[in-house]
Amino acid sequence: MYVYDQIDRKIVDERVAQYRDQVRRFLAGELSEDEFRPLRLQNGLYIQRYAPMLRVAIPYGLLSAKQLRMLASIARRYDRGYGHFSTRQNIQYNWPRLEDSPDILADLASVEMHAIQTSGNCVRNITSDEFAGVAPDEIVDPRPLSEVLRQWSTFHPEFAFLPRKFKIAISGSEEDRAATAFHDIGLYLRRSPEGELVIRVLVGGGMGRTPIVGIVIRDFLPWQHMMTYVEAILRVYNRYGRRDNMYKARIKILVKALGGEEFARQVEEEWKFVKDGPGTLTREELDRVASFFTAPDYRPSHENEAELERQIAGNRGFERWTQRALKSHRIPGYRSVVLSLKKTGVAPGDATADQMDLVAAWSERFGFGEIRVSHEQNLILPDVRAGQLFTLWEEARKAGLGTPNLGLLTDIIACPGGDFCSLANAKSIPIAEAIQLRFDDLDFLHDIGELNLNISGCMNSCGHHHAGHIGILGVDKDGEEWYQVSVGGADGSSAGRGRSAIGKVIGPSFKAVDMPDVISRLIDIYLDKRQDDERFIDTVERLGIAPFKAGVYGSPLRAGAAEEVASNG
Amino acid sequence: MADIIRNDAVVADGWQILRPSAEAPLAPDSLPDGLIVVPFAFWLQHADALARRGDAGVWLAGNEEPAPLAPWLPVLKLVAVDFPKFTDGRGYSIAYLLRSRLGYRGELRAIGDVLADQLFYMRRVGFDSFAVRVDKDIHHALAALKPFSDVYQGSWDNPVPAFRRHHRSGPGPQGGA
Repeated sequence: MYVYDQIDRKIVDERVAQYRDQVRRFLAGELSEDEFRPLRLQNGLYIQRYAPMLRVAIPYGLLSAKQLRMLASIARRYDRGYGHFSTRQNIQYNWPRLEDSPDILADLASVEMHAIQTSGNCVRNITSDEFAGVAPDEIVDPRPLSEVLRQWSTFHPEFAFLPRKFKIAISGSEEDRAATAFHDIGLYLRRSPEGELVIRVLVGGGMGRTPIVGIVIRDFLPWQHMMTYVEAILRVYNRYGRRDNMYKARIKILVKALGGEEFARQVEEEWKFVKDGPGTLTREELDRVASFFTAPDYRPSHENEAELERQIAGNRGFERWTQRALKSHRIPGYRSVVLSLKKTGVAPGDATADQMDLVAAWSERFGFGEIRVSHEQNLILPDVRAGQLFTLWEEARKAGLGTPNLGLLTDIIACPGGDFCSLANAKSIPIAEAIQLRFDDLDFLHDIGELNLNISGCMNSCGHHHAGHIGILGVDKDGEEWYQVSVGGADGSSAGRGRSAIGKVIGPSFKAVDMPDVISRLIDIYLDKRQDDERFIDTVERLGIAPFKAGVYGSPLRAGAAEEVASNG
Repeated sequence: MADIIRNDAVVADGWQILRPSAEAPLAPDSLPDGLIVVPFAFWLQHADALARRGDAGVWLAGNEEPAPLAPWLPVLKLVAVDFPKFTDGRGYSIAYLLRSRLGYRGELRAIGDVLADQLFYMRRVGFDSFAVRVDKDIHHALAALKPFSDVYQGSWDNPVPAFRRHHRSGPGPQGGA
């Protein structure tokens, strides 16, 4: 893992001091609400429905055991004993006090963490592949360049007040697990035909009100130019992005308005002036940062595989879990283990302080003291030896972290929704729970197979509904909570065969009470129509949305529901 | 005379920013005496006369393209960039371009909604004077000018990023210290 040097530490400590003074001035009435807002936002503090919400960055999804223990300690000391892992590799606390927020940031700084630029119209936390460094399909480890970009974007003086928020994701494997096509900038690392590290640069992707899949504006950018090229993109955006309408202010709208070619031309024009300048990354610095991400002391072995086979054969529950929770590892004898934060009855992505402490302890006992956070809102132990999986499973199960549903329908991505978020039109958590309860039969769930179901409580799309094989969006209709359903979205991962696609809305929205039935109908149609080993998303792609639409709207969901649907065009 | 921050000190300043309106447009033959700062469009229309006058500066709005100012930059003593709202960040790029691309070396002033917590960023991109909003304590703003003793990335104030300026250590026994 990257370890702070004096420069990193000083910058984060000075930020805490700066923010402490800003809070003091706000409480003393020297800063108005409007003046304080962007300052607190750039330190991760929102004012929410019931209390402030503090969003803490987990840069590119990487945590040490010590850091996770600190997150647990903060949850206990300043919150109500839990935290919410978000789709952007952040953790959110729902109940801190504004007055405590400087102390929380100081605690975070003591373990080399921060909440810098986790909100506001600036470059946000850099996100990446949660299996970086351990995935067998990795082409280039994205962590060094992610850290380089984290530093570059931290307090960049020119880009702290952009037209709108700005999200960058980096991926370097065959499978794009970072949804790069859905980011303002997606950086996809690969090798040129000559074997050089190059970057495919995508811009203008995003979800929200206007979901768009990003376009490639450069195919083979040599790594040295990463920051100057990103600088050129941001300068064009900062100058010409719309500021008159917040719904049209994201870079995707500018790219669309200019056209991809013209946007790329302007970027190239701007880049000429900064290319090869002092902002060019050096081999020495890349090597320095990369040297923090070397492999731990692995003991490659095939010995435990036979034992694991025996354990799987003798225990149906363990077998199920291994089918879902394990990811193959580039070192023989190791697996990456996904700990599900999607147990029925628990808000997706939530973990208690006790669970965090347990996961931290497991990471040391079964691995090298490292934990990953995924954009699917689960926790990962990246390096577990095959012979220890059974013990880990037994403990994970006891702790409520062993639900064998990874990648299945109940592994729901959901934002906090109307229960917490003041932006939300509708609740997300109860919908997720109702669907999880409906599909509580594990055999049936496994028979349905891989399916991404994503729920957002509003158009801001924090629950990535556009990219869900089934997407659910909370909408407000005359003060009531309704839900719009889409099918066919895909986030670029192998679950959708590498495609990035925006889901298509199947028709008028539904009441909360009808949502389990709607999902049941979609599943019934899929099971009826599927061929061979087709997954839900494959069937949607083959048949289009028509049969799903017909099946869902063909007959009333409940007695009396037809009128509601009819009046809800 | 009003207090501004110039070169990291609070000083009295005599420049008068002229903000014409539809009801009160600027007329070239009835400009006030003394140090005046005229809007960019007005400057371009009357540049020769204003340049001869010697005590006129120019201010730009966020949506204005600074390049046409290039011929006058060697003689201009003051260029100001207006921040209609402090959250409107276009002025940062304009300042950076004026300095690094167009080579402006005279005084570059932030005007408009200029507040303490933005001065650090403004200073980095090339502003060297700040007309802090009059209802704010300018001495407090001065104290907030340098909240950070080091920075990662280059900008106008120092184009060289931290990794080229420092020997930064890697992991190992001395690492991370």
